Amino acid sequence: MQGFLFLSPGLLLILAFFIIPAVVTAVMGFTSLDYRFKWDFVGLGNYYRMVRDYLIPRILVNTLVYTFGTLGIFNVTFGLILALLTTSVGERAGLFFRALWLLPRFTPPVVYAAIWLWILSPTKNGLLNGLRAAVGLSPVAWISQHPWGVIIITNGIIGASMGMLVFASAIKAIPRDYLWAARVDGASWFQEVRHIILPLIRWPLMFITAYQTLSLLTSYEYILLITQGGPFHASEVWSLYAYNLAFSSYSGTYPFGYAAALATVLVVIGAVASVIYWRIFKFREMMAPPRIETV
Amino acid sequence: MASLRLEGLTKRFGNVVAVNGLSLAVDDGGFIALLGPSGCGKTTTLLMIAGIYRPTAGKIYFDDVLMNDVAPKDRYVGLVFQSYALYPHMTVFQNIAFPLRLAKRSREEIERKVKEVAALTKIEKLLARRPGQLSGGQQQRVALCRALVKEPEILLLDEPLSNLDARLRIETRAEIKRLQRELGITTILVTHDQVEAMTMAERIAVMHDGVLQQYDPPGVLYDRPKNLFVASFIGDPPMNLVPVRVLEQGGRLILSADGFQFSLGEELREGLSPLVGQEVVLGLRPEDLLLSREERPEGIPGEVFLTEPLGGGILVHFAFGEVKLRVLAPREQPVEVGDRLWIVPQGEKVHVFGPDGRSLREADAAA
Ligand SMILES: Nc1ncnc2c1ncn2[C@@H]1O[C@H](COP(=O)(O)OP(=O)(O)O)[C@@H](O)[C@H]1O
Ligand SMILES: [Mg+2]
Repeated sequence: MQGFLFLSPGLLLILAFFIIPAVVTAVMGFTSLDYRFKWDFVGLGNYYRMVRDYLIPRILVNTLVYTFGTLGIFNVTFGLILALLTTSVGERAGLFFRALWLLPRFTPPVVYAAIWLWILSPTKNGLLNGLRAAVGLSPVAWISQHPWGVIIITNGIIGASMGMLVFASAIKAIPRDYLWAARVDGASWFQEVRHIILPLIRWPLMFITAYQTLSLLTSYEYILLITQGGPFHASEVWSLYAYNLAFSSYSGTYPFGYAAALATVLVVIGAVASVIYWRIFKFREMMAPPRIETV
Repeated sequence: MASLRLEGLTKRFGNVVAVNGLSLAVDDGGFIALLGPSGCGKTTTLLMIAGIYRPTAGKIYFDDVLMNDVAPKDRYVGLVFQSYALYPHMTVFQNIAFPLRLAKRSREEIERKVKEVAALTKIEKLLARRPGQLSGGQQQRVALCRALVKEPEILLLDEPLSNLDARLRIETRAEIKRLQRELGITTILVTHDQVEAMTMAERIAVMHDGVLQQYDPPGVLYDRPKNLFVASFIGDPPMNLVPVRVLEQGGRLILSADGFQFSLGEELREGLSPLVGQEVVLGLRPEDLLLSREERPEGIPGEVFLTEPLGGGILVHFAFGEVKLRVLAPREQPVEVGDRLWIVPQGEKVHVFGPDGRSLREADAAA
């Protein structure tokens, strides 16, 4: 009983900020709540609507491409490459480059998005088109022609820095003797990475993969700021769709109930993904004390 | 196998000079030790030989081939780290097989070689385990196997016994020595333990603050230490070192300190004559001093103030004012605190070190 007393501030916070919103969202998903704010329960009505929504397949594909594209190319792979490179060069140069990659994290999202809008601008004043013009090429409408590429790159550039930081500190924590032993044993740099470094940072790799999957599933602010999900839903992901339905006027009626149902599905997807990762990566093993066998 | 030669090898880390102008040669198939206190630059020297550190200055030759710019993987050295550095995510078999896998040997060859070398150190039964499931002694053997399996030109051992308990250390000492002799690999053993160096190596390089002090066979180090550092570092119990003043009395040279006098024979006369009136250090090994109950003209009279039984003998302490002397007496000799005895040095085993710390023995001065 006393234990609960000590835990109660934490439990209250969890209740207030995680459980209650989730429950309210789930409940709201069973209503036809809209701009009139009437809690009329409609049973599974919103879920029928979802199944019939012709945009849903497209948004589902977008979400998968965006999440796993950003994750696979940037948040894990590129983060890992940055970590390997910045830990292979000298201590100070490495620190400098890591700090450089962290800059977008300190930049307000709106500023970060504005910079990308300038880089990708379809006019000849955009950075990329300016470069093209310099070599005599005509401007390209980057965002409308390559919406997937744009959302993956803009999110990846900023997202890679977390993997980079976690991986770099994991790599630096590897005792130097292992790496030296591998070198004496005849390993090249690539073999050192493949046979020693990667196996030894297995847990951070898995952690970042799982964590970033969940955070990419629910994040949409850069997409909102840079492509608004367009052109015509081409870069619209699940969470952005729910947001747009609920808060932008394009459906006209502010269907909070339907948006809440969409959000609930996202929560379920996230929960399922967590369980899958838990299973595959055996998080339990990671949390458990190391096995000790006496000789 | 290869011979090894170091010429003026130097390594600086910022302001720290870890190794300073080290020159020495090891014959093909030889077994030497780098001996010195912690921080004297032993590991740094090994890592330069292995190619992990690039020397600040100086040259490394294997068989008269300059190795300075050769990558570690092309040097064919086997290195046993002080930490053993066994890859925790690989089994014992995979650890030992790793150098062969990198060298793209066939599966059968790898299997055969790993089994061979495992048999050599009697760890065949452990091949499926992970390093975390091994005792210190077993880990040490696995590390040795991993270094030996590629049949290296030179075997480098960094304090291989320091993590073992006393009994295991003595067994492993003999075992490494046997292996080295059987395989005939040029071997460099790094250790801070003089007993380890003395019992295992054919020649010992004593280092202090990155500088080579003396490079000689164990017997020579013990009998004729070139300077105060070597004299104080080699020998257990350590040599008595007594600061004294050189005096001349009636044609004889006398070493004198407060409450203590020692008259010298002829042999060191030449070296000492110019030093009359100056401070030198007299060095007497506890085991080179005899105790006598009868008066002896060359002896020093003294009163026992402490005895320490050491099992094999008794360490008898004397005090002459500020001067303390320890004498290792045989166990059978009855000695009691308060006894008045004569301490008798063996003429040829007296060491005197000049004001610069160098030994004055003619033989050493000539060397
Ligand atoms: N990587 C390094 N960076 C800076 N100083 C070092 C480094 N490695 C060793 N040193 C310094 O060099 C000296 C010799 O070290 P080391 O070779 O490890 O000694 P030993 O193995 O004899 O104990 C020590 O003073 C140590 O602090
Ligand atoms: Mg060391």
